[in-house]
Amino acid sequence: MIRVVLPSHLRALARIDGEVRLDVAGPVTQRTVLDALETRYPVLAGTIRGHDSGPRRAFIRFFASEQDLSHDLPDTPLPPAVAAGTEPYLIVGAMAGG
Amino acid sequence: MTGVRVLAGTRKGAFVLTSDGKRDRWEVSGPHFSGWEVYHVKGSPADPDRLYASQCSGWSGQVIQRSDDGGATWAPMGNQFAYDGTPGTHQWYDGTPHPWEFERVWHLEPALDDPDTVWAGVEDAGLFRSADGGQSWQEMPALRGHKSGSSWQPGAGGMCLHTILLDQSVPGRMFAAISAAGAFRSDDDGQSWRPINRGLQSEGIPDPDAEVGHCVHRLAMHPARPGVLFMQKHWDVMRSDNAGESWREISGNLPTDFGFPIDVHAHEPDTIYVVPITSDAEHFPPEGKLRVYRSRTGGDDWEPLTVGLPQENCYVNVLRDAMAVDSMDECGVYFGTTGGQVYASSDSGDSWAPIVRDLPAVLSVEVQTLP
Repeated sequence: MIRVVLPSHLRALARIDGEVRLDVAGPVTQRTVLDALETRYPVLAGTIRGHDSGPRRAFIRFFASEQDLSHDLPDTPLPPAVAAGTEPYLIVGAMAGG
Repeated sequence: MTGVRVLAGTRKGAFVLTSDGKRDRWEVSGPHFSGWEVYHVKGSPADPDRLYASQCSGWSGQVIQRSDDGGATWAPMGNQFAYDGTPGTHQWYDGTPHPWEFERVWHLEPALDDPDTVWAGVEDAGLFRSADGGQSWQEMPALRGHKSGSSWQPGAGGMCLHTILLDQSVPGRMFAAISAAGAFRSDDDGQSWRPINRGLQSEGIPDPDAEVGHCVHRLAMHPARPGVLFMQKHWDVMRSDNAGESWREISGNLPTDFGFPIDVHAHEPDTIYVVPITSDAEHFPPEGKLRVYRSRTGGDDWEPLTVGLPQENCYVNVLRDAMAVDSMDECGVYFGTTGGQVYASSDSGDSWAPIVRDLPAVLSVEVQTLP
């Protein structure tokens, strides 16, 4: 079970309270997590990355395990703690973007 | 007519302001889409309960919202605005070619006869259409694909298609305006377009009377007299009596002819309203006095409307989509300011009162006259 934390403006848009918990089949990467997230909440398509697995939006950041993963390739495996569900994958609105 | 519903888009959400026909007591609902920029909210002429809203943010881009109950509840629709084919380039601020990039929806124009059909004017300037209530969007590529398109350059606010006028008396005719390209007309439901800028003079471009390149801020038209168009340009207030074939200046005795919105009285096609702004550098009213100017002669001769408006220390702006009129027997006029006020007049502009004073900066104001 993958835990995902969204910024407040996207929680409001998708009407989500708290963390999202996702089942991700296969390797746990940014792409597979975001694919699963957008499948569960279609309204989020285009708000975190471009449509059809497009590039990360400029003012969205991806953090986990106290690392900035924003510039990692989409198919890079996420940290083991995220894959194990012991730490959340953080989707963050950049400080410059609001 | 039972009342009016004012739809205000602001920097941090949308607000719905409702009143009965007297228009002296208002209920305020909002903010809807709190924290997001709402460039425009507009209702369908065919179904007043059908509203569309354009919300966007620097973080997460564009979202289109739809309400089927007059703004009480909303649901997100499709937000994929893909330019048709290979988009090509337009000119950037420095004159270099720049790829067309979708930024946001500035203006939503529901069709006159079908609540599920709605047009969207976007930045970078393009025209999109949805025929399924906003769920999917297709570009009408002929406008952006006009032979002049590669030479268009953005104005200071971005290269936005901000005005869409649908002509209810001439089938297939519609108008669009782009900053800073100019005004365009289609006579075939957007399948083809041509510039309609003859008579415009813009000192800020190398060829002042060029076919395109003019910074048109807003167009307005009275539905009963669709051949007559009014324009607030970057500088100059203009009028066309032949559906845009040619324009003449009607700035007359205005204290300044810079400004953003322009609108037409609901029942008097020759009564028009503008809000003069000091200059392109000073986006506030002259002398710190917020004055709407009204012409009852279709231009040239203007009178200041000041009753109820601040006449000292006022340095707000009124943006291009932030003025509207209702069609009650005594025409109501509304406008919103960058200071967060929405002013209303229930007597054609003779007197004004704020509906709200402290909203976020107002980006757009529309009004529905409810059956």
